[in-house]
Formats: sequence, structure tokens, C-alpha cells
Amino acid sequence: MVTAVTNFGRSGLYDWLVQRVSGVVLLAYFIFIGAVVVANPDMSYQEWRTTFEPTWVRVFSVAALLSLAAHAWIGLWCTLTDYVTPRMMGAKANLLRGVLTCVCAVALFTYVVWGISIIWGS
Amino acid sequence: MGSSAVSDCSPFFRINSPHCLGQSGVITVNDNRPVNLDMTTIKLPLPALVSILTRASGVFLFVAMAVLIYALDASLASEESFNALKLELASPLYKLVIWVIVAALIYHAASGIKHLFGDAGVGETLEGGILGAKIVVAVAAILIVVAGIWIW
Repeated sequence: MVTAVTNFGRSGLYDWLVQRVSGVVLLAYFIFIGAVVVANPDMSYQEWRTTFEPTWVRVFSVAALLSLAAHAWIGLWCTLTDYVTPRMMGAKANLLRGVLTCVCAVALFTYVVWGISIIWGS
Repeated sequence: MGSSAVSDCSPFFRINSPHCLGQSGVITVNDNRPVNLDMTTIKLPLPALVSILTRASGVFLFVAMAVLIYALDASLASEESFNALKLELASPLYKLVIWVIVAALIYHAASGIKHLFGDAGVGETLEGGILGAKIVVAVAAILIVVAGIWIW
């Protein structure tokens, strides 16, 4: 049996809301980065670095990283609990899903820490 | 109450309640209902295909983010790594990788925006759902081609 207690907000409504808000943040961030890249086709290193210098860009970047972690976690949780289940894959499915969930959690945590160190460390 | 419990236990919804397992004895008759969620035997209509591709692109993007964060790292670490990355991204193979990732981003975003319209109550009829799916495919296809032209 797959229960709701292992999801992000322990409530479907809360997960639904977080998925929307984080999705909009990510959309805004990728449009921003896309616009910077398209508007400056032959950018130098200094120009690119200057783009990430203002505090608001760094804050926006961290917001995007945290949104990515929440958004991907909710999406992957939904996908795993729909397809990696005993009904779909047999008795080993719960163990496999637990392992895959851990892999996702470690990867997303790594993305957040790695990303913050890039944005604030350089 | 009995009838609502039956619908809660539909195979198309996630099973969350103990009574769905027949332990409490509330439902025993329906426990043997046939379940067919074998994707290879279901003919997916366009809205279903659009929906499942959103998940597939999402899972792909989860992995692809490692590539994007790696590229961000290389682009900001030093002038040498920036120039090395720029040289790598000029090769056809890396251009293809970037285009595939951008295509997944565009598709996932287009489908996500459709979800927001759905949340607002737009396109909830059968016809609306099919039209919405067609719009997502059309908009994503145009933007993916435009992105491809820009990359090459």
C-alpha cells in the first residue's frame, strides 16, 4: 500500500500548491536565463559573470534551486508511487521504490548545495 | 457511504485507505475486479499522451539538471573553464544535447501552463481537453524548432 505520509507536505492539497508555485518560479527563471543568453549571443566571461553579480539574481537563483528540489521531489514521488508499486512490479517494488526515493532525495540535495556554492561561492 | 467507499477504491486512484484492502470487510465483492493499466495494451488518446509525456520529460529534466548545473559551474568558475565550455558547446554533439534538454524544458513548460489553465477551470470538457492537448503540442513544436534554429 502506498500512503500519503511520505509525500512532500503530507497533504495532497499542499503538494498541489507547492507544485504550482515552484513551477511558476522555475518558468520565470528559465525565461530570464534564456533571455540573457539570446540577447547576448557572443558573451564574454566578464559579461556572463556580471549577470550573476547582483544580489537579486543570486536570490532568484537560490529560489529557483529550492523550487527545483521541491518540484522534482513532488513529481518524482507521484511517478514512483504510481508505477513502482507491488501491483505493477511485484513484491520487490516497495524496497525498490524506497531505494529510488533515496536516490532522488540525495541527488536533489546535491543539486541545491552544489548550485548554492556556485551562485554564492564564486 | 458504501458507494462512495467503492469509488475511493477505484484502481484508477491511489489506494490510501485501509478499507480498500478488504481488511475491514467493507469491500470484498470488488476485490477481484480486473485491473488493466498495462500501457502497452491501452491506446492513449492525445490528452493522455500529452500528460504522460509531461511526466517523462519531467523525469528526464531531473537527470538533465545535473548537466545544466555542471555547465553553470564551468561557466562561472574561471575564464579558462568558461572558454573551454564555450568550445565544447560549439561541437554538434553538445549542441544536440543542449537542444534535447531545451526541448524537454519547452514541452514541460507548455504542458505545465496548460495545467494552470486547468486549475482556473479552463478547458475541462472533453473537447476542451483535446483542444488544450493540441495547443500544447503545436506551441511546443514551434518553440522547439525555433530553439533548434537558434542553437544551430
